[in-house]
Amino acid sequence: MTVFSLRDIRKSFAGNAILKGVSLEAEAGEFIALVGPSGCGKSTLLRIVAGLDHADSGEIRIGDREMSKLTAADRNIAMVFQSYALYPHLTAGQNIAVPLAMRKLTGMQRLPLIGTLLPGQRQICADIQRQVQAMAVSLKIDHLLDRKPGQMSGGQRQRVALARAMVRNPSVFLMDEPLSNLDANLRVHARGEIVDLHRRAGVPTLYVTHDQSEALSMADRVAVMIGGNLLQLAAPQAIYDDPSHIEVARFIGQPRINLLPGKKDVHGIVQFGALRLASPPDAQGEANVTLGVRPEFVRLRTEGQGALAARVERLEFLGSEVIVFAKLAAIGETMLAKVAPGEARGLVAGQPIGLDMDPAHLMLFAQDGQRLPATPVSAVLRETAHG
Amino acid sequence: MTQSLTPGRVFRLTLLSLGALMFLAPYIFMVSTAGKDQSEIFSASLSLIPQHFAYVANFTKALTRVSMQNLLLNGVIVCGLILVLQVVVAVPCAYAMAKLKFGAARFMMALVMLGLLVPIHATALPLYVAFDKLSLLNSYTALVAPFSISVFGIFLFLQFFRAMPDDLIHAARLDGMSEAGIVARVIVPNAWPAVTAFAIFSVVAHWNDLFWPLIVVTNQSYATPPLGLLFFRAAEAGDDYGALMAATLIITLPLVVAFLLAQKRFVEGITMTGLKG
Repeated sequence: MTVFSLRDIRKSFAGNAILKGVSLEAEAGEFIALVGPSGCGKSTLLRIVAGLDHADSGEIRIGDREMSKLTAADRNIAMVFQSYALYPHLTAGQNIAVPLAMRKLTGMQRLPLIGTLLPGQRQICADIQRQVQAMAVSLKIDHLLDRKPGQMSGGQRQRVALARAMVRNPSVFLMDEPLSNLDANLRVHARGEIVDLHRRAGVPTLYVTHDQSEALSMADRVAVMIGGNLLQLAAPQAIYDDPSHIEVARFIGQPRINLLPGKKDVHGIVQFGALRLASPPDAQGEANVTLGVRPEFVRLRTEGQGALAARVERLEFLGSEVIVFAKLAAIGETMLAKVAPGEARGLVAGQPIGLDMDPAHLMLFAQDGQRLPATPVSAVLRETAHG
Repeated sequence: MTQSLTPGRVFRLTLLSLGALMFLAPYIFMVSTAGKDQSEIFSASLSLIPQHFAYVANFTKALTRVSMQNLLLNGVIVCGLILVLQVVVAVPCAYAMAKLKFGAARFMMALVMLGLLVPIHATALPLYVAFDKLSLLNSYTALVAPFSISVFGIFLFLQFFRAMPDDLIHAARLDGMSEAGIVARVIVPNAWPAVTAFAIFSVVAHWNDLFWPLIVVTNQSYATPPLGLLFFRAAEAGDDYGALMAATLIITLPLVVAFLLAQKRFVEGITMTGLKG
């Protein structure tokens, strides 16, 4: 069931198109990570959803309500900011209580002194206190409620910010790089906590990050945004194994994917060294294409073997694996191969080697970046290896 | 903190002490004169410490001959009203200019700059005529109204608010606050250093102001402290400088005490708003 959807959101600043028609749908309780390089418009999109900014056109729906005309407060959307944005003059407990107080108390009841004299105010305040306490206990920050943000560590502030966002049961939860101000150890730990929290709350969540490992490890689905376009929205595995666009392939994956320029002939055949791929022929005849293969699907061969001849440039030892940088003899591009340390033993810079690519994991992209269907022409790999 | 007395340090300290002495000299002389009787003030010899302490006599004269309570009360009312109005006007205005996007923002900025450039003396005459036409001369309104919008205050708060993170305001909006609520609940509680600094500037300026009260007030019951001194000299004390100095001392004392108490805040406020040179 779709509980939250964006349709064709467009936004430009001073003639620069920042968002070029973004559409997205979230199921109940889904965790969607919005990932992309800085400046791709992901934070702008988040602010438009929150109601802090207005889209030039497009539709925002929560449940069956159209939201784009409502103010930020009326959308019942909670947001965790990168800087946490806790009120510095209030204690943690007061910070968490603010969204509740703004909703449950009337303007008169919120006034200092006069408010306390009004009927019912004490009842509601006690109610708010109970909710704050319960929230604090569930996030293990109940011992911090009397401290001000300035007296807390980054991790503690982040939890208070999460508590403030969650306490009022929002219909959508937005997070704008909430982990980027934490140190590396804490960040990995906090990832698990946020996922856990999201499970318990069951609120659809839009999580903006520029860190692909965060996006892939936390989200149910990952939305890759590049240059104001949402290029692909799919499960982390599908984003990685089956990118629909060359930019997605380029952005996701560490170390980066190998991309090699090639040509497709009138029959739709693409030839890379001794490797041949079949693809539907283009109407215009010949076309430039790009072949993509992830480093872990590149195999090392001895010199003279394999589909491509190359020369080792350098090695990066990463513990459980080794990244081999090899320059292709034919076109001068550097190709990366991720191999087990055993396979790379004895390799030295400057050494000529051969490279093979796993034919089942090759991707072909058209000139406009779109993914092309491609099938390896059978047994080419074996034959050429011997020929 | 202990530092050895190097020649450079001695030189600097001497220079600063001399400077301080130069600035303090009139005040010291005033304190001294307030304790002298008439004959000693006009004697040929000059001494800082009075030969016969006449403090009691002079202060009695100062306190009894004019209504000193009335002067001080007027000072407090006028300065208080001006300060409250200035803050109430300048804070929302500066917030809007610093954090909201609207078409006239640049135009308003230009107006503020213009306001900073035009001195009160240029507008004094038209304002006087207007108050006269409205029959508002000799009233608190005439003393307070021209200063209710402080462009200096707007400018000072503007600089301070610009440094406040946008996310804080966004968070407040998502939490359900109106723009007025944001100003009252988020901006002002976090702007105390700026408000304090501005309060000191404003109170000092208007407590000591003689120019404007002299123009709009002729009735003694609305006289502010400096104007009261003028009346005191002309009407009551004649050539009695001892009593005059005692009265001056009484009038300057509240500000001196206030400054000594708020000294730390004052320096903080100035450094925070980037006014230091």
